[in-house]
Amino acid sequence: MNESFARPLVRESTIANALVATLIVTLILMIGWPLWALLSKSLQDGTGAFIGLANFRTYFSTPSMVAALVNSLWVAALTTTIVVPLAFVYAYALTRSRMPGKGLFTALALLPIFAPSLLSAISLIYLFGNQGFLKELLLGHSIYGPIGIVFAESCYCFPHAVMIIATGLRLADGRLYEVAEALGTRPSRVFFTITLPGVRYAAISAAFVVFTLVITDFGIPKVIGGQFSVLATDAYKQIVGQQNFEMGAVVGLVLLVPAILAFFVDRHIQKRQVALLSARAVPYEPKPAPGRDLALTLFCLAIASVLVAMLGMAIWASFIRYWPYNLSLTLANYEFENFEPGAWGPYLTSLKMAGLVAVLGTALIFTGAYLVEKTKVAAPLRGIAHFLAMLPMAVPGLVLGLGYVFFINTKGSPFGVLYGTLAVLVINTVAHFYTVGHITATTALKQIDPEFEAVSSSLKVPFWVTFRRVTMPISMPAILDIAVYMFVNAMTTISAVIFLYGPATKLASISVIHMDESGATAPAAAMATCIVLTAIAAKLIHLVMDKLVFERLQAWRRR
Amino acid sequence: MASSQRQTEGTAGAPFVSIRSLDKFYGSFKALADINLDVARGEFVSFLGPSGCGKTTLLRAIAGLDRQSSGSIAIGGRDVSQAPPSERDFGIVFQSYALFPNLTIAENIGYGLVNRRRPRDEITARVQELLAMVGLPGQAGKYPAQLSGGQQQRVALARALATSPGLLLLDEPLSALDAQVRIRLREEIREVQKRLGVTTFMVTHDQEEALSMADRIVVMNHGVIEQIGTPEEIYRAPSTPFVADFIGRINLLPGVLREAGRVEVAERVFSCPASSDLAPGSKIEVGIRPEAIRVRGVSGNEANAVRVRIHDLEFLGAFCRALLAVEARPDLHLVADFSANLMRDLALAEGMVIPVELPVEALRLFPARSAA
Ligand SMILES: Nc1ncnc2c1ncn2[C@@H]1O[C@H](COP(=O)(O)OP(=O)(O)O)[C@@H](O)[C@H]1O
Ligand SMILES: [Mg+2]
Repeated sequence: MNESFARPLVRESTIANALVATLIVTLILMIGWPLWALLSKSLQDGTGAFIGLANFRTYFSTPSMVAALVNSLWVAALTTTIVVPLAFVYAYALTRSRMPGKGLFTALALLPIFAPSLLSAISLIYLFGNQGFLKELLLGHSIYGPIGIVFAESCYCFPHAVMIIATGLRLADGRLYEVAEALGTRPSRVFFTITLPGVRYAAISAAFVVFTLVITDFGIPKVIGGQFSVLATDAYKQIVGQQNFEMGAVVGLVLLVPAILAFFVDRHIQKRQVALLSARAVPYEPKPAPGRDLALTLFCLAIASVLVAMLGMAIWASFIRYWPYNLSLTLANYEFENFEPGAWGPYLTSLKMAGLVAVLGTALIFTGAYLVEKTKVAAPLRGIAHFLAMLPMAVPGLVLGLGYVFFINTKGSPFGVLYGTLAVLVINTVAHFYTVGHITATTALKQIDPEFEAVSSSLKVPFWVTFRRVTMPISMPAILDIAVYMFVNAMTTISAVIFLYGPATKLASISVIHMDESGATAPAAAMATCIVLTAIAAKLIHLVMDKLVFERLQAWRRR
Repeated sequence: MASSQRQTEGTAGAPFVSIRSLDKFYGSFKALADINLDVARGEFVSFLGPSGCGKTTLLRAIAGLDRQSSGSIAIGGRDVSQAPPSERDFGIVFQSYALFPNLTIAENIGYGLVNRRRPRDEITARVQELLAMVGLPGQAGKYPAQLSGGQQQRVALARALATSPGLLLLDEPLSALDAQVRIRLREEIREVQKRLGVTTFMVTHDQEEALSMADRIVVMNHGVIEQIGTPEEIYRAPSTPFVADFIGRINLLPGVLREAGRVEVAERVFSCPASSDLAPGSKIEVGIRPEAIRVRGVSGNEANAVRVRIHDLEFLGAFCRALLAVEARPDLHLVADFSANLMRDLALAEGMVIPVELPVEALRLFPARSAA
């Protein structure tokens, strides 16, 4: 056979480099530039002139603003102190006991992820608000304020903390416990010398994540904060209320500090955690201990009940005619045309937006991760692309949203036309949740034999053919994971999009806030219920599809 | 270290693969240093050396998968030093098989053919032919996970050969398989290679594999070529103590060359082969293979006879590995292989003192290694 091995018109490596360069430009536009816009805005005055740190000086010498900062800090700290120990015990029960119904308890712990953060705040208002039937339990304190914020944030952050700590606990080496037992070590000593040190990093990581989530969350303090102002609501007031963009930018940067700190602590911890588990470790198998299991079951039951109540109360309330006087059921609260100028429009917009985010976002994220991970591109390009992909993790949604406002609103910005469009909501949301998808994709790609690309090039098959024929089909489970993650988050997100929506692109979660603001709490609960049910439905469809993909399309996995 | 550039008769005429002054750096770490190699069309060449010595690096440089830092590579008379893999002409097989798990065996083997827009019947026929060649007829519709390791590696071989490349590259193709499958596949790969006459490079750290399969062996250590030669040459005439020790076992004793043919070891002078390139008075190492130490019919009066105490006997089935301590210098040890016959005839046992001979023609002299 006489093949020609001549140089083709355009080499594959040239194409790969060009694609990665395109990815980098895209990520810079989506993530880098908005952040830069935020940073530069904080150093300018109203006319756009550079004024150094003057805005920061103003910020720190304005008592009301410093008060919001202090409020945010202690509310976040208090929530962290409450959530992390509870999440630890819950995760411990899931991983280190023989508690029955672990699958169910895991699912219940994750429930809050499927709801906008403010849903638990609405539930709290029904339970403890002015009309709440448990109001007396507060002994005269108001749920509107720090009490409500801390309670609702605790529910909202709980699943994140449980997942991180459970992962840490699962990494344990069963052999260590066998050795300890063989040496006759007391259980309490085993706990303090093996269990706690092993999960220390995960607990620290969880603490940082919870702290950041609370400090940057907007929905809960907006709904239940009352007169109690925090950083996130302050930024909103500056931007939307007073059009004081410069001060808004300063608040955004202040919000960035704990998030960036958390990001680096987490990176550091991840490195330590890997070293902890050697390849020879065996998974830990809990021994039967009826007393322990009963206690842990009761504990989990209590926590799960609270989480279910926080979700269920709002859902129930959305079907009630007139709380608390007429508890008969009705669908009247779902007739949104009576409460919301857009009627069902916001819900449909949310669906459309989340669908686009899931499809376009997943395509961009997975292809991007493939290019970075598997093709032979110049090392600096790879490094830059990876850095940009990891950046959104350190950027709270609120901050990213502010960045977009400045990016688009700068005088003469070519992106001004995007303001209020569905496109900008989609782009912003993809950017906001980019990192987790990127990590999922990268992890899945790393598990694929690194020689596939080498084999393809030896057979003169270009990498994009192998991507389509092999890599993508093998990675289907991870791709579905990413798509569902993007969809659910796009349905529930508020913090970034609150600054970006326009009259024609109001989202369901924003409509919840507006109806709640105007006193229509039950319809707000109804809209939130629609969001929750849609998100849960997406997850269920995912589970079914996963099963289908595995059993029908992926026959090759069977032996 | 002296690297023998002796070319055997196989390379008469223009070489098919020609590597010149090849270096490869990873940061400041030199993974390959000054590699020169000519290989004739149809030759089976094995890169042999301990783990981490740079064998895979060299193979991947030839493939173009990891570009060399400097030096040149020509394949079939064409300089491909800067060409990407797709512009070189080779098939490759990895230790991990690297079969596409979601494609059937037939689709795997036809992977490179489909892309060349050959008619479907032609592809099917070619795939059948290849399946028959690697002894897997009738497995076309299965998925890789349904085959054993050995079968998967046969499929990988068929896939690499499907496009009839001029060069076949094998990176530890047998290392993931169990001992029995490995020995069978050795023969099969060699047979296919001979039948197709495809020039082949195989990386291995298993000397037995290299000795039994290769036309020529390239022994490598720390990124340099220690010796190139046929299996016979490498075994009989290792050019460095490293090669001698890596291919089979060898006893190495420090000594000083007194004059041509006379060497002093442990305050005794032995006869040895006359060596041309070592100056009298130079420090050397004297090597002798365990199976070359003579025991039967040694009176003790021979020129190179030594009295030794049998320190330890390790039973290894067909023979015993003996650890011998020189009686006059108990800190000096020799390893010898005693056949079961010998053991029985001489009733050898631990603790006995016996005379052994170190035959002159079995001694090999190496320059002493500078403190390594
Ligand atoms: N990508 C790399 N980066 C840095 N060092 C490498 C890389 N690949 C291989 N090395 C180093 O180069 C040396 C040779 O590696 P390799 O060719 O894989 O050895 P082997 O002979 O076992 O195949 C080793 O010391 C290895 O650690
Ligand atoms: Mg190797």
